[in-house]
Amino acid sequence: MPDTVTLEVQRYRPEEETGPAWQRYEVPFRPEWMVLDALNYIKDHLDGTLSYRWACRMGVCGSCGMLVNGEPVLTCATYLEELPHGSIRVEPLRGFPVIRDLIFDLTDFLNKLKRVSPWLVRKKEQPVADGEYRQTPDQLAEYKQYSMCINCMLCYSACPIYELEPEFIGPAAIALAQRYNHDSRDEGVQARMDVLSQHDGIWACTFVGECSAVCPTNVDPAAAIQRYKLSATLDWVKSTVLPWGKR
Amino acid sequence: MNPDYRPYHPKWHRTPIPIFWWVRKRAYLKFTARELTSLFVAYSAVLLMVHVRAAGGSEEAYERFISWLQSPLVVALHVVVFIALLCHTVTWLNLAPKAMVIRLGGRRLPDAAIVLGHYAAWLSVSGLLAWVLVGT
Repeated sequence: MPDTVTLEVQRYRPEEETGPAWQRYEVPFRPEWMVLDALNYIKDHLDGTLSYRWACRMGVCGSCGMLVNGEPVLTCATYLEELPHGSIRVEPLRGFPVIRDLIFDLTDFLNKLKRVSPWLVRKKEQPVADGEYRQTPDQLAEYKQYSMCINCMLCYSACPIYELEPEFIGPAAIALAQRYNHDSRDEGVQARMDVLSQHDGIWACTFVGECSAVCPTNVDPAAAIQRYKLSATLDWVKSTVLPWGKR
Repeated sequence: MNPDYRPYHPKWHRTPIPIFWWVRKRAYLKFTARELTSLFVAYSAVLLMVHVRAAGGSEEAYERFISWLQSPLVVALHVVVFIALLCHTVTWLNLAPKAMVIRLGGRRLPDAAIVLGHYAAWLSVSGLLAWVLVGT
């Protein structure tokens, strides 16, 4: 086992440089350390100017997503030991504008997320006196997988379509739309379909499938999008081809 | 110092997308290769239409078309087309469970059953066509 490991970190200091540059750091190698622990070591002991996001350190908050050796991962869930020996390259997630060092801008995603109404839409709220909206375990199972999304942006970073066509709403936002579509308490399916059946919605996806491959919580956004395509097609057949199927 | 930098005004860096983005990862390369098999699907559709048109024309024109089909270069091309079509079809059918969730008696049908159903339908239609074309 080596005593140290070299981290090559992409730096971007807009006040100093016009573009990103690589900086090497030698950190102690400890088998129980994640990549995030190594970054924290750099921040605490070697270079306090290094900027990156992190919060929970246990794969829940979704804020420490970065490219490690070119792969989008949560740095709090990637052991140094699992990576090939030699230097480890750490970059900000691909496909997003970089603000500083490893920090990228999330505004585009947040705007897109808002468009799919990621909340329970009700035509009419029932009075509080009527009690809770109850669900059976089967009804919960319908959408639970999609509710595991932690907005870590790894799926966007793995999606070449989002990089090539930045107007694409993207995997996580569509998976989250499905999370509410499949919820028995929701009544906003049609409103979301109107947004997502546009060209920048589900039809921009060409099913590369990498969004699901990198997802740390097994949400499977690729499946969510393909299911959406099927239901959008059936919806179109019902409303257009079959005159009696019109809404 | 960066002369373009103004304090308190964010200056984002956007990495341009390389033209060879599809060789960055094996998965992207596989995806691109599969997308390219669509060209062979389009070619076979056009070939079928040309074949039907030739069958509706004069006997001499049809013979000419058939002898073109039998030339070694075209046969070699069509072997490649056939392999590409098989790849396209198999990958398409294997992905079917991603899009389809079928419930029977309240239980979700396993992915393997959906894939097998698609293969069964594909073989049945192919068998029927083969019977119509060769058997009659």
